[in-house]
Amino acid sequence: MTSMQFGIFTVGDVTRDPIAGTTISEHQRIKNTVEIAKKAEDIGLDVFATGEHHNPPFVPSSPTTTLAYIGAQTEKLLLSTSTTLITTNDPVKLAEDYATLQHLVDGRTDLMLGRGNTAPVYPWFGYDGSKAVELTIEHYQLLRRLWDEDVVSWEGKFRTPLQSFTATPRPLDGVAPFVWHGSIRTPEVAELAAYYGDGYFANNIFWPKEHYIRLINFYRQRYAHYGHGQPHQAIVGLGGQFFMRKNSQDAVDEFRPYFDNAPVYGHGPSLEDFTAQTPLTVGSPQQFIEKTLTFADYFGDYQRQLFLVDHAGLPQKIVLEQLDLLGEVLPTLRAEFDARRPADVPDAPTHAARVAARDAALEAPVSA
Amino acid sequence: MTRIVVVSAGVSDASSSTLLAGQVAAAITRADATISIETVELRPLAHDVIDASITGFASPRLQHVHDLISQADGLVVVSPVYKASYTGLFKAFFDAIDQDVLVGTTVLLAATGGTARHSLALDFAMRPLFAYLQAVVVPTGVFASPHDWGSEGAGALESRVERAVGEMLSLLGGTGSGRSASDDIDLFSETMLSISDPRRD
Repeated sequence: MTSMQFGIFTVGDVTRDPIAGTTISEHQRIKNTVEIAKKAEDIGLDVFATGEHHNPPFVPSSPTTTLAYIGAQTEKLLLSTSTTLITTNDPVKLAEDYATLQHLVDGRTDLMLGRGNTAPVYPWFGYDGSKAVELTIEHYQLLRRLWDEDVVSWEGKFRTPLQSFTATPRPLDGVAPFVWHGSIRTPEVAELAAYYGDGYFANNIFWPKEHYIRLINFYRQRYAHYGHGQPHQAIVGLGGQFFMRKNSQDAVDEFRPYFDNAPVYGHGPSLEDFTAQTPLTVGSPQQFIEKTLTFADYFGDYQRQLFLVDHAGLPQKIVLEQLDLLGEVLPTLRAEFDARRPADVPDAPTHAARVAARDAALEAPVSA
Repeated sequence: MTRIVVVSAGVSDASSSTLLAGQVAAAITRADATISIETVELRPLAHDVIDASITGFASPRLQHVHDLISQADGLVVVSPVYKASYTGLFKAFFDAIDQDVLVGTTVLLAATGGTARHSLALDFAMRPLFAYLQAVVVPTGVFASPHDWGSEGAGALESRVERAVGEMLSLLGGTGSGRSASDDIDLFSETMLSISDPRRD
């Protein structure tokens, strides 16, 4: 049993290495991603999550294909997404793809739903981007029913109606994959997560913590409002990013050119300003541990911590070295987070625990 | 206590925009000495403004200015006119501020330029920007060209400043637009309600 899960999440970007001046092929990027996932298991991480994108310079357009391939080569690693596009994927196909994956990897999967980050993607899949929030809600409501009910008749605004439809295969052990909702702007997504008692994930990478605190607190309050537990018992996941070397100045010197040219924040603030203002750590393992532990101070005790490691054109060799360093500090992170964690904060959700909870609920005597 | 923030986008030292901003601020104080006035120069924040346009978040010192503005009842904005409009820095500053911050805020527009022929930049460039931000824009804008700083124009400039400030204080003393920025999450919007009740239409 793991009280808190640690892992990595990848965006899957193909970014030019600013030092070497070279850009790897899509083929190499996909193979590298698999290697990184297997490495994640080797160093003792719990979770690997991949993004979903349908435009260059990103490669992961088919997450369940990649995750199943990784699943076949790993034993314990939980396979997840960051994020699965609930807006533009057909909920029927999502229900089937992720249930199939769940069977193939014996329950070692969950998923994180999100809206994606680019407006042009909607028409590529036949949808209208101005309806993003409405699509998110309707698609998720349908996905939920397709997993939780064997036979579904349904009618909505964005999709043809379903008559007595059964999504196959049925979820493993009758318990659907756990769902996280990733969002940092939209209160409706926090509300959706709270209403269903699902997890809520804040990417916690690009902005100061204050941006994330407001919505996480809102989610926690609404989770309690809908009767799933106390606010501090809501299921929260966070992102984070780091670049470590034994000597902190080495980390700064080595990472700076990648930072300065990074697609998202490059050519903007200095590395020093960005590390001071956002959850990014560039420094020694000790600095990384200290900053990561502060996340629980700001957001409350939480269940899942994912780090972004393979980005900004970092060569594979350096990414793997970073993972080795992460593996070395992992026991400390686990021990420190556990030490501060109240007993009534739920453990990170797993398939086995969710099946056990379902069975316990079924066996419980009906109270008067 | 009424709070007014003066934002000046002048970039040169001894900037005429800063001069004009000072003149407006002085007129406000003459009219009502109880009003608190904070003046913000954008030039020292220029790098922070550009960083924010790249990262999507404000540095601590830029955030401090955003906070001042969000707590203000009124805003005086002053920009030089470059190429027929407010400066890029002026626009980037307001691009980086939260969408709803100026809803219902009373805003006095002022600009400076090398010639009086730039004066309509106030009404054709600046006024639409603040209309978009749903501010209450003071009807009289104040434009100052080199002519206005000379002995001939000074009286006219001063009377335009007085008139604009009079209008601003009158608006501040009234009901405004009846709206203000709200940080609350609306639990009763159609989309929010559709989460717990899928059958809504």
